[in-house]
Formats: sequence, C-alpha cells, structure tokens
Amino acid sequence: MADKISLVIDGQELSTEQGKTLLDAARDNGIDVPTICYHDATTANGLCRMCVVEVEGMRVLQPACIVQSGAGMKVQTRSEKVIRSRKTILEMLDSTMDLSEAAEIQVMMQDYSTEPNRFPDAVRRESEVKDDNPMYVRDYSKCLLCWRCVQVCAEDAQYTFAINFDGRGFETQIGTFFDKAIPETSCVLCGQCVGVCPTGALKPKREYLLEQGMSPSEISVMNTGRKKRKNVERSNV
Amino acid sequence: MIKPDRIVTTTCPYCGVGCNLELHVKDDFIFKVTSPFDSPVNHGNLCVKGRFGYDYIYHPKRVTTPLVRRYLLEKKPKPEGREQVFAVSKNGKTIEHSKVSNDWDWVETDWDTALNITADKLVEIYKRDGSDAMAVYCCAKATNEDNYLLQKMWRSLFRTNNVDHCTRLCHAGSVVALQKAIGSSAMSNTASQVIMNDVFIVTGSNTGENHPIIALQMKEAVQKYGAKMIVIDPRRIDLVDFAEMWLQLKVGTNVPLFSAMAHVIVKENLINHDFIARRTEGYQDFVESLEKFTPEYAEELSGVPAEDIRKAARMYATAKNGAIYWGMGISQLSHGTASAMALIHLAFLTGHIGRDGTGLNPLRGQNNVQGASDMGSMPFHYPGYMRVDNEANAEKWEKTWNIEPGGLSRKLGLTTTEILGHAHEGGVRALFIMGENPMMSEPNLNETRKHMTHLEFLVAQDLFINESGAFADVFLPATPFAEKDGTFTNTDRRVQRVRTAHPPRGLARADWNILCDLATRLEVRLGPFDGAQGRRASAKWDYANPEEILREMASVNKDYAGVTYERIEKVGLIYPVPDMDHPGTPTLFTETFPSGRGKFHLLDYVPVMEQADDEYPFVLTTGRLLEHWHGGTMTRNSALNEAYPEARVEMHPADAEMHGITNNMPVRVTSRRGEIVLRATVTEKTSVGVVFIPWHFAEAAANLLTNDALDPQALIPEFKACAVQVFPAREDELANPEVEVRRGRY
Repeated sequence: MADKISLVIDGQELSTEQGKTLLDAARDNGIDVPTICYHDATTANGLCRMCVVEVEGMRVLQPACIVQSGAGMKVQTRSEKVIRSRKTILEMLDSTMDLSEAAEIQVMMQDYSTEPNRFPDAVRRESEVKDDNPMYVRDYSKCLLCWRCVQVCAEDAQYTFAINFDGRGFETQIGTFFDKAIPETSCVLCGQCVGVCPTGALKPKREYLLEQGMSPSEISVMNTGRKKRKNVERSNV
Repeated sequence: MIKPDRIVTTTCPYCGVGCNLELHVKDDFIFKVTSPFDSPVNHGNLCVKGRFGYDYIYHPKRVTTPLVRRYLLEKKPKPEGREQVFAVSKNGKTIEHSKVSNDWDWVETDWDTALNITADKLVEIYKRDGSDAMAVYCCAKATNEDNYLLQKMWRSLFRTNNVDHCTRLCHAGSVVALQKAIGSSAMSNTASQVIMNDVFIVTGSNTGENHPIIALQMKEAVQKYGAKMIVIDPRRIDLVDFAEMWLQLKVGTNVPLFSAMAHVIVKENLINHDFIARRTEGYQDFVESLEKFTPEYAEELSGVPAEDIRKAARMYATAKNGAIYWGMGISQLSHGTASAMALIHLAFLTGHIGRDGTGLNPLRGQNNVQGASDMGSMPFHYPGYMRVDNEANAEKWEKTWNIEPGGLSRKLGLTTTEILGHAHEGGVRALFIMGENPMMSEPNLNETRKHMTHLEFLVAQDLFINESGAFADVFLPATPFAEKDGTFTNTDRRVQRVRTAHPPRGLARADWNILCDLATRLEVRLGPFDGAQGRRASAKWDYANPEEILREMASVNKDYAGVTYERIEKVGLIYPVPDMDHPGTPTLFTETFPSGRGKFHLLDYVPVMEQADDEYPFVLTTGRLLEHWHGGTMTRNSALNEAYPEARVEMHPADAEMHGITNNMPVRVTSRRGEIVLRATVTEKTSVGVVFIPWHFAEAAANLLTNDALDPQALIPEFKACAVQVFPAREDELANPEVEVRRGRY
C-alpha cells in the first residue's frame, strides 16, 4: 500500500495515496473533473487540457490526468480560470471539427455554456471519409487528435504500431506510414482504435453503412457478392 | 449516429479466450461490437473476428428453414451413393442440371416434418442395428447446455458412447498426457496470469493469430513486466519479435528438444528437489532415461544449437515463476502425447506449477472446447471427466437420467476419426453432426469423403450447408451464439454467459430447443418401453430454459456445482466451483494433483510418420490465420473473407529460388494423398524445407494433403507434418485467380 497523504480539493480536506494523479484523487472522492483525451485503458498524456485544475503555487493550470497529488496541495477544479480555459478549449474544438457524434463533449458544451460561434473565422479541419478496408471507416473531420487510437495500436494494447500522428501543427492528422491503405499496413484490423474513439471518427463499417441509409439486408448481401468464387459455383451442381 | 435498441453483453463465439462482448443491436441487427474495459478476460480488447466477425448471422446463404432430401419427403428409396450437394431447390421445384438424382435435392420443409423424419430414421436404424450403429459429433462452438443435452440423448436414448467432438483433432494429445501425468487436463492457470511470470515458454502455438488477446497479454508481460519469453516454433510467428530466445526447431522434434532441456536442468542441478520429492513419482527412472537426450543429440535432430538449448533450459529453470503455454504444434503429431508429456516433465523438474502465474497451459482453441469436454462430449467420459467404464459413474448418471440400472453402455465409444472410419455396413450407420465440419477438419479428406458417402443417414444441425452438411439427409437450422442463451467455458475454465441479442432468423431454433424436441420424438418412437429389458421412459427433455439443463449437469459434475446463471450474471466463475459460496479456482494444483503425485513417464524420440524424401522433399505443416476460423463455416461467410480471401502456401525464399517459385505464383502442392493449387507467399516466416498452409479454405483444403496417421494413445491425427512436393502451376488452375490477398502484415 502506498503512503496516504492529504490534500485539499475545492475546499475539502481529502486523503489519497501518494502517486495518484489529481484526477484519480478527485474522482475517488466524488469530485468530477471532465476529460476528453483521457481513457482508463490508455496512458494519460495531458493532450486535450480539458482536465486542467488550478493548484495553489503553480504558475499555470495543471492537467489533472498526469499531475500527481502532493501532500498539502490546494487544488481548485472549478475556479473561474479553470472554467474559462475549459470553455475555450471546447469552443475551439467546436469551431474546427465535427463534434456531432461526440456525445460526451456535447454534454460538456452544455455544462460550460459554450458560445457556438466564438471563433467565426476558424478554418475547419475537413477530410474525406477513408473507406479502405472491410471492417471500419475513418472520418478524420471528426478527429480531435486525442491520440487514444494511436496508443491502443501501440503499447497500450495491441503492439501493432500501424498508425501515428502525421503532419505538423494544424495539418496534424492520424495517418499510416506513407499514407498506405489500412490493409497494406501492419494493421491487424482488431479495431481497438474504434473501441476507444470518443468522437465517432472511427466506426465499424456496418454502422457506417446503416447511417448511409442501407438496410441490414442490403448490408448483408454486400459482403457476399463482391467476388464470385468458383467454390460458390460448385454449389450449383 | 445509430442509437442501439439494446446493448447485450455476451461471450465471443470464436476462440478459447472467451472475450466479453457488448452487442449493439438495431432492428435485430448487430451493427457494432464493443467490449467492457473492466472485463477480467480481455480488458476491453478484441481481435478482428471478435469485433467485426458477426455478419455471417445475416448472410443470405444461412439456412433458416429445415431441409430434407426429396427422397425422404416423397418416401422414395434413398438414391445410390451419397453426394456432396449444396444447392437448395426453390419452392420445391426440381433443381435443373443437377449432376445427381433429383431425389437428392434439398427441399425446404417445416419442423414437424424434418424432426419426424429424423426421429423415424434414427430409431429405425437403432432398432435394426443397435447402439454401435449410432454416433454423434457434439460441437465445441455450441453452448455447454447444447452439448450436455446432445451427449445425454445419444447415451440415454441410443445407449452408445459414440460421442465425440473436435477436441480429438486439437488437444487430445495434451489431454491424454495431462491425464496420465497429473489427472487433469485443463489449463492450470488463467491466461491473464501470464504477467506474473518472469520466464515463460510459448511452443507450438501461434498465439498472435489464434489467441490474439492472450498474445497481447504475453507481449505486455514482456514489455511492461519485464518477463522473458522463449518461443519454440518452426515458424517465425509474430511473438518472436518480443521473445528473449527463439528456438527454431524442425517439425516434430519436440520430444528430443524438451527432453534435452530436462537433461540440462538435471545435469546442472537446477531441479527443485523439494517439489520432486513431495509431489512427483518415477523421478529416478526418468533421470536414467534422460541420459541419451544430450543437447548435442537434440541439436542433431532439431537443428537448434546445443548452446541455445542449455541457455533456454537454464532460463526457465532458474525463473522465480516459470510457465509453459502450448498449442497444436505439440499435440497434432503422431507422438502428440509424448510431446506434451515432455513439456510436463519440465514443470515437474522445476516445480513451476501450482502457484499463481506458473503452470502448464494448453491453450484451448474453440470458444467452448473446454466446456464441450467438461460436458462429456467425449467417447470415454461422462460430464465431469467421469470414465464411462466405471460402474459407480454410470450408476450416478443412470440415476440422474432416470435409466434402469445397467442401462447405460459401459463400453468406450469411438473417437471422431474412428466414427467416420467405421462408417460401413455393420459399423456406424447414422451420424448426427451438430455444428462441426469434418469434411474440412479431418486429415486426408479424400478418405473422409469416402467415409461420408458410406453413411446410411446423416443429420446436420448448423447455420450453413457446409462441406459436411452438403452430404446430409436432413438439415436442421440452428442459431448462432447471438440468438440463444447458455454458457461457454473458456480456456481459463471460466464459465460465462451467452445471451440472446435478437430472435432467430426465419424458422431457425436454438440448438438446445431443437434437441429437446427431437429427443421427445425419439422417446415416443423408442417406446413402449420394453419390459424384458426393463427400459424406462427415460430422462427429462422438457426443460424450460438452458439454466435448468446446466443445473441438472451440475448436480453430478462437481466442478460446476456452484455455477448458477445468477452468480455469473456479471463476471464468469472459474471452475472448480464446488459449492454455492465458492469463489472459483483460478490456480490449480496448489497442494496436490488430482491423481495424487505427478508421474514422470519415459519417453523416446519417434520421428514423424511421413518424412520428407527425394520424391516429396518438403514438410507441410498446417495451421490457422487471424482472420479465419477453422472450417470456415462462419468466417468464409463474413466480411472477414474479404480481409483474407484465399489460401496461400508459405515457402522459404531459399526453397522458392531453388524451385523457380516467386511470390504470388500459383503452385501445385501434392502429397501422397491429394493435391491443391494455390498461390505462394515467399517469406522467411517459415523455415527452409518447411511449407505452411492454413486449413480454412475449402477450394484449396490443406487437409486433402495431411496424413491421417494417429497418435497411438490420444488417436489425434498428425496434422502438423506430412511430406509434399511443390511445383509451379498455371493461373487458370487456381480456384479463384482473380482473388488475391493484399495485406501489409504478411
């Protein structure tokens, strides 16, 4: 058992274990801190900054998902500065990408009363839907670069390393090596990436086809007739 | 965004890992599958089959109406010669251009007709030829309840032990070895305990493709927990990239290699004296028998440098926690039992068994092969591994099934391979196949084909008319895992729930439900109960639900005594669960073995039955692919087939160059038993002199080539080694020249 320490979060004196992050310390004690890129099954990287909190004595806001609790820390999870920061993050995301299927983020936008048109001049990150394999589609217009998919493809689950960040700055996207189609990469089509995607950027092909208005029976036929095989013909003896 | 009508938690129907699933259902269609991240089995991770491979449920070729051959419907004599015919006649019309008699057309019918015909024929044959004429293949993909019922039917109604399933073709060698050595054949630990080891051996298992989620845990053990993995395999499987050592042995040299490791462990005094003294017997004789297995001798046979053998032996023996994981590469040999035994000896010598993490782990292949075996779907055992030739066992089941004393057969039944081998006049006449596909999974399929044609009456209960069902007289449309309730037991021995996600398609019915109905009809026809033999109206068949079936089984099978649906509602229980308060048993053999002491056995090196020679210069070894499942009944009828649509033979670049073969070239692979044409993959994944073919593809079925030589103890065929020739072929000789795998990972 790790040593117990005490700290103050939102005015409450709490006890937690040495080494726990501020996020875990808060959540263990029933204090909600919103997160976007964070996922229990992946390594926290503090990318999205939604979980920032104000820690007394620290110059800037701290990402709760990676900062460890310290004895005597004084933490505010909903100070004005924190709320302004979170709200801005949500508004920036909303102005540059398609959040229509990010149910959790939509709830956060309501919680933080975001302005829909805060950044009217923002350029939206748009790209074509990539439908290059039989199992899942990739719509990077919906991608907020949380990095979960890259992590589960790598050391957080699959050890396959088929995808990573591609490009720099605003141009950054999730991509494959040399932008190869998924079947030609080291991808094993496990779909761990689909399982952790928070925004619907990655989704099973069947779900995508249903959304496109195909009926279950049309989808079922689709998988069968692509290539007529001799062993099928054999059945017409 | 599609909002699901419901999300149903259940267990994956593919491999033995038993991943937990959430099926997202809209309009009775599974459009998405997720997995709970708090699952103790797979921690939210799935493989391509588990996450995407469900569209076979909705495939237009799935049969959802009972089918019978026209001759049965029109009460004509059976046409001469059973043929493999897939096509179903439309609206009862005759099939044009049929190569065989139209009396052999499949005709759609109703359940009453199909089941009455089935019951009539089965009883007719039973009354005429007796118990030995009846046989049944249970199914490692069906639920525990389905399997329990089916073996109960054949045992209690037809009084035969001719009951088996595909476990015979996969881990029979391991099961027999473990039974002889320690008296239990399941994995000693759970797969997720692999991270508790500091050294573990993976041998004869392409875990990355066949148990993908266990492979993730193995990689995690290496990468995050600092464990050392020793891979012993003729192929450069993906785990090799993570291994501390890779011993690339020649096919079929397991016994000398493992015995040489034992030799080193003994000679260098790395043995666990205390464990050997307290827990084993036969050590002295065993040590003497090891004399000849020097690392140098093993090097000569296996091609693995003696120094590597020493290093691997020391690494495993000096580990704090060491474990062994193995697969078909150990058991599917004519000396499969000896192979597994040689591994067991390593655990005995070092005491690496009976603690969390350490142990002996034969990775079970099918989602429910452990369960089907536990349910007594085997010719020598009732449920709970109770021998059928033991009087007390038989009496217990007679009581449970309400059978007159002495009514159950005490005679050992025929195994899977023997059942078909006995398909002739005076032998097996009627065969019932639930969900299996022997016409893909048996060795030497040309021979199997002959046996299939010699049956008098064949019933297939399945989803599709597969290569075996195409020989049947009656087809009973059953349901996949998503259309029924029940339980699967995974390779960890964890009993988990299977739940209905949506109603059956068409007229299809859950297997247990069909079986109850058929059993009732059989019972009526078998009666009135013959006073002379004292035969009684036997067991119960009117189960209200699958749980009732499980509870009946658990009333005698002590391992499952404490398993109820309520207790496994959220998380499965790991058997043995001896009572209602017992929390389950993740680690076996902590104090003792079921047989008391572990027994050392003396082993000899026996080469594979058919070795490469001048005429057939390559060794063929068979195996599986990530995207496909066994005989392909499910995955070949799924988008998975688009991901990997064709059979290919792997060949080493050195061999390929010598024989003028290049990557993608069509080649003809010929053994003494058959030939197939398929494309070559030239790759260093296989070793020089060894070619590899996955056996999922009917159009280039690897099992046309394989050798049906059997292990004398386990009767498992030698799938892993036979001799073949490989020559270039023409494009137009390929079954589907236009189809080509384009995948980066191969």
